[in-house]
Amino acid sequence: MPTTIFRDGVRELLEEGAQLVDVLPPEEYGEAHLPGAINIPLKELNRETTERLRRDEPVIVYCYDYL
Amino acid sequence: MSPRAAWRLEGLGFSKAHDYAPGRVDWFAAGLPMEGGLASVSTVGDMARGDVPTCAPGEKVGEVRGRVRRTGWDRCVVVNEERVVLGLLCEKDLMSDSEATAEEAMRPGPTTVRLDTPAEKMAERMRKRGTASVLVTTPDGELIGLMYRKDAERVTAEQA
Repeated sequence: MPTTIFRDGVRELLEEGAQLVDVLPPEEYGEAHLPGAINIPLKELNRETTERLRRDEPVIVYCYDYL
Repeated sequence: MSPRAAWRLEGLGFSKAHDYAPGRVDWFAAGLPMEGGLASVSTVGDMARGDVPTCAPGEKVGEVRGRVRRTGWDRCVVVNEERVVLGLLCEKDLMSDSEATAEEAMRPGPTTVRLDTPAEKMAERMRKRGTASVLVTTPDGELIGLMYRKDAERVTAEQA
């Protein structure tokens, strides 16, 4: 089951080398994103597009806000 | 959207998927680093004056007044032990009963803005409302500083 985390948790995981994925559309990613995040829009999240990610390592996903 | 993404990742075999539910809004509002086209835009966080005087709610107005005057400011932010903004003492409030506590004399719940608010937009909003300054806080309400409209107007004019 995925874990919900907050800002401090994100910072800790990033320090440990977690992978960061912005699932917003490319235009919004281009405007602003967290340092080091890669962009895989939600609609494109599949086996192929996630091939570059390490499956056994922590991965953090985020979008705009809670909604 | 991100909870669905986290579940999707799990379905794709990711055993350690995490959902940063508050998202980028929370990150940027806390003044944390940004990449992308908006990263070069001046924000209120860039212009907040962090040396604005603060006091505890239990301090006497007379004591606060003396301290504030020595620093050359005309206002003081009332904060708790976590530096969370509780109220504001303006010049007139600082001239009130010396024996009153800051909590009694303060204007509670002053308007605050987040660090990542673009300075130009904020200056425009403040111009329309006739506001000269605004408090800048983290999303958790922790004081970062006070931004003067004139500072935002000067910097945006220089960048134009």
